[in-house]
Amino acid sequence: MTGVDDDGPDSGHVLLRVEGITKSFPGVRALDGVDLSLRAGEVHVLLGENGAGKSTLIKTLSGVHRPDSGRIIVGRREVVIRSAQDAERLGIATIHQEFALVPGLTVAENLFLGRQPRTALGLVDRRAMRERAAELLRRVRLDVSPTTPVAELGVAGLQMVEIAKALGRDARVLIMDEPTAVLTAEEVATLFGIVRELRASGVGIVFITHHLEEIAALGDRVTVLRDGRSVAEVPASAGEEELIRLMVGRDIAEQYPRERPAGPGAPLLRVRGLTRAGAFEDVGFEVRAGEVVGLAGLVGAGRTEVARALFGVDRYDAGTVEVDGTELPRGDVRAAMRAGLGLVPEDRKGQGLLLDASLRDNLTLARLDRDTRAGFVDRAAQRREAASVAERLKVRMSGLEQSARTLSGGNQQKIVIGKWLLAGARLLILDEPTRGIDVGAKVEIYRLVNELTAAGHAVLMISSDLPEVLGMSDRVLVMAQGRLVGELSGERATQDAVMELAVRSPQADRDPQADRNTNTGQSAMEGSDVG
Amino acid sequence: MSAEVLRAPGSAPGQWFARAVLRNGPLGGLVALTVVMAVLSRDFLGGQNVLNVGVQASVTAILAFGVTFVIVSAGIDLSVGSVAALSATVVAWAATSEGLPVWLAVLLGLAVGVVSGLVSGALVAYGRLPAFIATLALLSVARGLALVISGGSPIAFPSSVSRLGDTLGGWLPVPVLVMIAMGAVAALVLARTYTGRAMFAIGGNEEAARLSGIDVRRRKLVIYALSGLFAAVAGIVLASRLTSAQPQAAVGYELDAIAAVVIGGASLSGGSGKASGTLIGALILAVLRNGLNLLSVSAFWQQVATGLVIALAVLLDTLRRRSTR
Repeated sequence: MTGVDDDGPDSGHVLLRVEGITKSFPGVRALDGVDLSLRAGEVHVLLGENGAGKSTLIKTLSGVHRPDSGRIIVGRREVVIRSAQDAERLGIATIHQEFALVPGLTVAENLFLGRQPRTALGLVDRRAMRERAAELLRRVRLDVSPTTPVAELGVAGLQMVEIAKALGRDARVLIMDEPTAVLTAEEVATLFGIVRELRASGVGIVFITHHLEEIAALGDRVTVLRDGRSVAEVPASAGEEELIRLMVGRDIAEQYPRERPAGPGAPLLRVRGLTRAGAFEDVGFEVRAGEVVGLAGLVGAGRTEVARALFGVDRYDAGTVEVDGTELPRGDVRAAMRAGLGLVPEDRKGQGLLLDASLRDNLTLARLDRDTRAGFVDRAAQRREAASVAERLKVRMSGLEQSARTLSGGNQQKIVIGKWLLAGARLLILDEPTRGIDVGAKVEIYRLVNELTAAGHAVLMISSDLPEVLGMSDRVLVMAQGRLVGELSGERATQDAVMELAVRSPQADRDPQADRNTNTGQSAMEGSDVG
Repeated sequence: MSAEVLRAPGSAPGQWFARAVLRNGPLGGLVALTVVMAVLSRDFLGGQNVLNVGVQASVTAILAFGVTFVIVSAGIDLSVGSVAALSATVVAWAATSEGLPVWLAVLLGLAVGVVSGLVSGALVAYGRLPAFIATLALLSVARGLALVISGGSPIAFPSSVSRLGDTLGGWLPVPVLVMIAMGAVAALVLARTYTGRAMFAIGGNEEAARLSGIDVRRRKLVIYALSGLFAAVAGIVLASRLTSAQPQAAVGYELDAIAAVVIGGASLSGGSGKASGTLIGALILAVLRNGLNLLSVSAFWQQVATGLVIALAVLLDTLRRRSTR
């Protein structure tokens, strides 16, 4: 047990050390000798493509998985973490991407779940609980009452409650798994402020992110994982190109390799005056064959709602959706599919995949009708089709009978997209297609988008990742508060221009009667000036 | 050949046995239970008794095949016992009391099963009732209708249909054949038909299934209708064995059917299940009851033992899954 105390000259003592951890699952070596050391008062970024082993690593630290070999040292002691309770006792708190909060309970009840303060009679001391909860909420600068039901909070609020919960349990090590993935720019800034305060108070933070620009802004050191190994530990100032090179083991010449086809073809999709009370209002646009149209805007601007409505998932009150000049019936997914639409939903696991079903079943799900003759499914044809599309998309898998749950995020997304390729979709609606996906898989998805548009298909891409939406789209539509507030293309499509439109939505537009003619693409620019 | 290879299974037969049970899940459990019963009772493996076990399993198994469809799609069907009784009562009433041709009476009985299923399915798919509640309501309604139609007393079953309860060639019980045939149909439906694949998709992730163009509501109608159809067949087989349709027959059978499905390895949260597993589940229950009868264990203790076996079977299955995950 030597070498536990080789602190660098510039920072605190080592809180947590991981040495040579390995972990195998059937058919996959998830971790293959990972080292990591976390000092008090540092933000240690864990970087790697999806499937590199980040999730498995933090799950071994939070008691979900037991490593096959290797050591975990907390303070000066080698430890075995068998459960979440063990991790908590050791002062390790993990904020997973899926929050562990009970929606029906109040903020205070969630903060003290399982360890509520008691009165002399053994009953829950509600007042003490509220007071201590209020104190914790102040520390994370969350301005809500402790008695607010958690279900009423947005994503950012939920995250702050998770952080407060960790603080309430005196966590010395805080592991955050992609905390910024679902936050707006403003919320990210707040989060960073809180993380910096925690760092100053001596907490060690393991921070996972796919946003490289966040690393220089917040991190101290970076450990890069690749194929289950820790391949490098570098200062956070290493620079994006260097980090990408370490992460993928090769240089990525072009992050957004959009190849625009010569000129857009005939209109494929035409949306006019699409309205649903309380969700979106008078949305109209067109997508032509061979085009990638981006749909930008803040979270909650109504982009996903529009996508779901035009795909027939949800109903709408007014307006029309036409594909190839033929109007689609409202609320009919199957009709939309027959017309050639396909939706890759934002919530991959919740809406895109049958997690415990085989890749074959997942890939062929949207063409089950077509593979059926007289009520019987042609399973051999399904196998052939699934195999061909899996190969085309270079899905990393052990076989078609593997369950979707065991794939990395990027490969899961390829399965969802592959499903629509097999269904013959000509217009793919991609809702946050690369959220939580590593750089390598992202580029593969961009190349696929190029391939599809070159073949005369079209893509409507909803994305909160501005560089992505600008880099990959031929035209960018901007939505704010349920309305289309602008269309940008070419030189005018800059991050600043999009953000300006996205945040400058006028109050007046909230009134459904306010101004019906403002948002058909071009005229929408004036619409945003009303406020 | 190395000595270790030879020693591995032989050195610790107990361990080997435990591992075999764990690896093969429900089938291992059935084999283990059969071995135990054969050791404890000399009569157990007699040819006649094995067929008896088959007959005893048949009604539960046929009900359970139908329930498998529902459970795979993440639903539940509590009404199958009552629907079985109602269908049998309708067959007997139509043929015996109303003098309809027997084939028509049987068709009517099967139709009653399908309609009952459609009602449950409509309540679940279109009325958005939880399946538990919708089928609980049907459980009561179907039982009540059976009592109303029969006036509360058994009706003689038409003798031509009652042959379903007899044997072929004097030894092969027809209920066993019906069970095997219905099992084959269930396996085919699950593995190869559109509705079967849709069951797995809906049970695996209903929203993903809907967004992939599965007409979830219509499929649910079909799924519950199939369950009702299987219940009707089970009811007719049961009445054939008893040679009369009894409105109070098959009370509580839905729980045996659900137990058989779950013992067979299906998950109540949907997305997994097999007809072969369900058959094994029904056989495990039948072997247990038959064996305990042979051992003259009192009916009271039999209930205790059945409960323990259900818990143990599912526990083993859970452990098995965890170890392979």
